[in-house]
Amino acid sequence: MSGPSDFQPTNPVIKWIERRLPIFGLVHSSFVAYPTPRNLNYWWTFGAILSMMLGLQILTGVILAMHYTPNADLAFRSVEAIVRDVNYGWLLRNMHAAGASMFFLAVYVHMFRGLYYGSYKEPREVLWILGVIIYLLMMATGFMGYVLPWGQMSFWGATVITNLFSAIPYVGDSIVTLLWGGYSVGNPTLNRFFSLHYLLPFLIAGVVVLHVWALHVAGQNNPAGVEAKTEKDTVPFTPYATIKDMFGVSCFLIFYAWFIFYMPNYLGDADNYIPANPGVTPAHIVPEWYYLPFYAILRSIPNKLAGVIAMFSAIVVLAFLPWLDTAKTRSSKYRPLAKQFFWIFVVVCVLLGYLGAQPPEGIYVIAGRILTVCYFAYFLILLPLLSRIETPRPVPNSIADDVLAKYGKKAASIVVAFVVAGGLIAGSAQNARAQEQEAVPPSQSWSFSGPFGKYDRGSLQRGLKIYKEVCSNCHALSYIAFRNLADPGGPGYSVAQAAAFASDYKIKDGPNDAGDMFDRPGRPADYFPSPFPNEQAARAANGGGLPPDLSLIAKARSYERGFPQFIFDFFTQFQEQGPNYVSAILQGYQKKPAGVDLPEGTYYNKYFPGHAIKMPQPLTNGQVTFDDGSPATLPQYAHDIATFLMWAAEPQMEARKHLGLQVFVFLIIFAGLMYFTKKKVWADAH
Amino acid sequence: MGGVASLWPFVSQMNPDASTIAAGAPIEVDLTPIASGQDIKVFWRGKPIYIMNRTKKQVDEARSVPVSSLPDPATDQSRVKEGHDQWLVVIGICTHLGCIPIAHEGNYDGFFCPCHGSQYDASGRIRQGPAPANLPIPPYQFVSDTKIQIG
Repeated sequence: MSGPSDFQPTNPVIKWIERRLPIFGLVHSSFVAYPTPRNLNYWWTFGAILSMMLGLQILTGVILAMHYTPNADLAFRSVEAIVRDVNYGWLLRNMHAAGASMFFLAVYVHMFRGLYYGSYKEPREVLWILGVIIYLLMMATGFMGYVLPWGQMSFWGATVITNLFSAIPYVGDSIVTLLWGGYSVGNPTLNRFFSLHYLLPFLIAGVVVLHVWALHVAGQNNPAGVEAKTEKDTVPFTPYATIKDMFGVSCFLIFYAWFIFYMPNYLGDADNYIPANPGVTPAHIVPEWYYLPFYAILRSIPNKLAGVIAMFSAIVVLAFLPWLDTAKTRSSKYRPLAKQFFWIFVVVCVLLGYLGAQPPEGIYVIAGRILTVCYFAYFLILLPLLSRIETPRPVPNSIADDVLAKYGKKAASIVVAFVVAGGLIAGSAQNARAQEQEAVPPSQSWSFSGPFGKYDRGSLQRGLKIYKEVCSNCHALSYIAFRNLADPGGPGYSVAQAAAFASDYKIKDGPNDAGDMFDRPGRPADYFPSPFPNEQAARAANGGGLPPDLSLIAKARSYERGFPQFIFDFFTQFQEQGPNYVSAILQGYQKKPAGVDLPEGTYYNKYFPGHAIKMPQPLTNGQVTFDDGSPATLPQYAHDIATFLMWAAEPQMEARKHLGLQVFVFLIIFAGLMYFTKKKVWADAH
Repeated sequence: MGGVASLWPFVSQMNPDASTIAAGAPIEVDLTPIASGQDIKVFWRGKPIYIMNRTKKQVDEARSVPVSSLPDPATDQSRVKEGHDQWLVVIGICTHLGCIPIAHEGNYDGFFCPCHGSQYDASGRIRQGPAPANLPIPPYQFVSDTKIQIG
């Protein structure tokens, strides 16, 4: 709150309130009249972006909490119920999940901005430390949030990270038991993570208030690193910064919308569409992308306790930055050596992120160790050294002078660097998948791919027939109800047809008044019944193997696309790994090659990881006949069943893409309007 | 002092509650269905426990390894119950980062952890890979020759 409060309201109501609680004056002096340096660039819009993201996460989070059940037996299904049945539930869930990634992306940009321009230096040390506290709270919140859907990655990520505390000598195991509330990650753990995940964002909001207060005491930093001296150096926050922030926010929203509507699972892990199973560990446990650099540092140190200390130190070292870098020149713009090392540091962070997703073998381990040393060396050796030996270039006399001077358009190349870096990290989260798999499922063409993709109704109906006649003998489809067959964006049956379809099934119901269970014909509200009453019966009938529920299989299976393909995938919206995989498996049965040993009771499949699949070939030519004259061939079956299963996994896809188009058109127009308004407002200030 | 004392209930509630402790009560496992060379996995206190009926070959191999060469030195004898040497009972959680190793895999006819490649022998001792310690032994005792109580 620097600068005098010159708020003089004329409205009598506002005057009345103002005298009793000067809130209007506070808002006015902080966000309207507040003097902001006139030479700020777009890296300064991320503070506003972050405030918006915190608000959005809290809003979508509170709403999701109205529908979510934090119990280990019910959590996974409750999330699917949100996505399938709650009005716009899919939108809220996608906003919240993608929002977490966007929140972290923005915070990293915000932090790197602070690093580059020396925003942590005197008198902004407390501001910076408050920021580190916010960052720590964000990491805790994000970690607990990811556990809530109770998928495989949720459960095992929780196991690995809570196990870290066992590294503490003497009290480690007691602390872990305390955190778990049991003898392993289980229901008590999930419940308390939900409670804390709800709480922490409000703590973050509180620290953000302190953060903004500390900011306003010192005033904002600026690209020149020279403090504002006269009125010529600043402009009032409204309308100048407000409109610039609005433009920055609208561009950011376009990027955000791309994930929400078109690539909702790009940053996630397919394994999290498998319900948590304490008895089966996924082959690759990978945290979300925003934790990857720290995960890499953790795994680089061979000693368990030292690794944990190194990981936490990597974050805590940030808090000491004002005392590690004591150079008088604030902005790296005028520090040629510091500038170069800054960009090297950025590359180190990106590479550490990439390594965090790789299996810790061979060259990855060596690279991880070297880069960990580089990371710490930057803070503990390089910056203090540069403070002493570097000769900086002369800084401008004032902000006003800086605005008048011309500087080059480096911004564009930096943005490109960030996009590539971001793509690398995002894609590396996918690289952990099945390195061992040599045969990559061929890419087929699907009617539902791309921004305007739709499900082929005929294909869905044929897929349903295949499921009913063949697959349903062993595989459940328990997230699909008969009424879904009449939903828009689905197989396109009428309500009457769906009811007729349902009545063919016998559903167990009861107890009746005599206390007995009984069978009755199915109704639209019923879900597809499972072929077996429980897991043990399913295993007994299938040679010990458990045929998975197929409702989510098209999203629960994936494979590596490799570098740089995964970067192109982001722009082409490629996300059909699941259907490609399902189709490939069905057609991938082959004669066992010579010299290969298959465990008893398994069959050779070209595309199944490890090649030994317990399921015998389920479909052969001529097995299912179609009324619409489509060929009764295996490739046709594979295509139709994969399409049907993609719909079963994501019945709301067409609605998602449709709304996405509308949102994109709006946002692009809105961003354009903001841009021109910004140019107009700033016309006299530059 | 009063401040600390009043804080204790808030901390203590985080520890396992009565029903969790009760669910973690000891269990009995019948060993008769497990043939020589086979193993089963049971759950106790949420953790997987491998019960392995080792062949003579596995026991001899485990006992012929020089103990000082092991990353976490321990004799095979110290990890089994006297008079029941073929029975190995270990908690199937890799001591590295908590994944479940696969039985009868790896170079030592023991356990192989698919997450980061740790390999344990037929005595559940770490032989190679990033795991720092041997597979832990849960508390158990033989109530008869064919039955054990875990916990």
